[in-house]
Amino acid sequence: MKKYSFTEKKDTRSGFGAGLVEAGKKNENVVALCADLIGSLKMNDFIKEFPERFFQVGIAEANMMGIAAGLTIGGKIPFTGTFANFSTGRVYDQIRQSIAYSGKNVKICASHAGLTLGEDGATHQILEDIGLMKMLPGMTVINPCDYNQTKAATEAIAGHEGPVYLRFGRPAVPVFTDPDQKFEIGKAWMVNEGKDVSIFATGHLVWEAILAGEKLAEMGIDAEIINIHTIKPLDAEAVLKSVAKTGCVVTAEEHNRLGGLGDSIAQLLATKQPAPQEYVAVNDSFGESGTPAQLMEKYGLNADNIVAAVQKVLKRK
Amino acid sequence: MNIETLEQTATQVRRDIVRMVHACQSGHPGGSLGCADLFVALFFEVMDRKPGFDMDGTGEDVFFLSNGHISPVFYSTLARAGYFEISELATFRKINSRLQGHPTTHEGLPGVRIASGSLGQGLSAAIGAALAKKLNKDNHLVYVLMGDGELQEGQVWEAAMFAPHNKVDNLIAIVDYNGQQIDGSTEHVLSLGDLRAKWEAFGWNVLEMNGNDMADTLKGLAQAKQQAGKGQPSVILMRTEMGNGVDFMMGSHKWHGVAPNDEQLASALAQLEETLGDY
Repeated sequence: MKKYSFTEKKDTRSGFGAGLVEAGKKNENVVALCADLIGSLKMNDFIKEFPERFFQVGIAEANMMGIAAGLTIGGKIPFTGTFANFSTGRVYDQIRQSIAYSGKNVKICASHAGLTLGEDGATHQILEDIGLMKMLPGMTVINPCDYNQTKAATEAIAGHEGPVYLRFGRPAVPVFTDPDQKFEIGKAWMVNEGKDVSIFATGHLVWEAILAGEKLAEMGIDAEIINIHTIKPLDAEAVLKSVAKTGCVVTAEEHNRLGGLGDSIAQLLATKQPAPQEYVAVNDSFGESGTPAQLMEKYGLNADNIVAAVQKVLKRK
Repeated sequence: MNIETLEQTATQVRRDIVRMVHACQSGHPGGSLGCADLFVALFFEVMDRKPGFDMDGTGEDVFFLSNGHISPVFYSTLARAGYFEISELATFRKINSRLQGHPTTHEGLPGVRIASGSLGQGLSAAIGAALAKKLNKDNHLVYVLMGDGELQEGQVWEAAMFAPHNKVDNLIAIVDYNGQQIDGSTEHVLSLGDLRAKWEAFGWNVLEMNGNDMADTLKGLAQAKQQAGKGQPSVILMRTEMGNGVDFMMGSHKWHGVAPNDEQLASALAQLEETLGDY
């Protein structure tokens, strides 16, 4: 198992804030909008640097999505910022008609995704957003794993023509990827090569998959770990190549088991290359209040759950 | 263009509307007929338009249709204004057409800048386009038309609050104030109350005009243009009659989304002179 370590923990949303400033420096058409959550979305540095290119829309997310769509008419590249729940479910029809169907170059940037939002509870912990967004034709869906990758992804999507959903989170998590990485949309990242099982993880679950890989190595199981930061378009080639080698799959995501990364992988495998698969995901329920660690344990989303899923799927090989 | 020529153009647009809706036996003739004079005034006289079409619309006035179901009047006007061949109007709502039931950019139809149909979204998009013009130092205007029933959508009022706060003064919103919606009169379905007072309370410069009187329409639009750049967006409450120009369709919500049969088509066309030549 390849060794991964970290010297600090940082929140992925801060990676978004840092990446947004860089994107703004590179391209004067980059503009940003926020629905009364500037501090939470870490947009202060962008506002300080480019005050005339920032729009505070107040607590009016539907209007924010529409204004963002309109800003593209005139060549702007708008980045919207609010929590994942208010970035997707609350404004699904605005995104569907004014952005996706209209083919507008809007970057929907969503923080506090999933259970790790923590104490605010289920009203704010959306676990359906990946599914909602990936079902929209033409929408790119990205869920990076740490601060550095989120920063790189934020810069990368500014140069990508078309609507993007960028999902990140609230808590400080290990920073273990290269600060100078080149982020390639739609290109899976090989975290660890192995031969016994393929673990496809996204977002915060990538680090948990690494911890699981270390435990599995001690048990004599050689796990291949792949970071699927881009859920749509899915890197089908990387997935099929890995599964051809290992013959079984575990998927890991901070999302409902219905409609997320696991289902994207399952659909691909079912049609191209069937293989046993186990899901590490929320089992079709809402979340609740608690600390991020407590919630990830209670809802079965940590390294131990990945290890258990691997043991289960190996028996089905 | 003089008023008489504009009126003749509007009559031809009305013929197009009725023929298009009849040909596919679906679509929304009522609101389309009511707004024919406005569309002709905007596209043939009031708006500063460049030849051809590019999505960004830099260096020209741009228009958004928020109540997308009145697509027949939009398509006819766009074709008559030269965005595409008038013969294409015959494809309205048919398979493989660029003239979808509700307007969309998806098929690349020149003149359309955003999809609409699901109501309440156009004012927000227009505000975004107006902000982009300001950032681009483009001294042109953005127009958006909404239905009055559409004002029942909450997003409209989110946008209504935003524009005055942010001094989006290169924006002219128009409300098709015909008092009708699918299930009946707006008064019956969900009363709009005092619309002038509502928009004024939100901080808008409010104007009124008769949208079925070409001279008054031109006057109202000119007044709104004069107010541009003065720190406040304008909204025009445009009184129209649903079905205007076809006697049996006038003043009733019943022709909101119903196509005429052959006999009704003949009766309608007998009232609308073929001024520019049918498609």
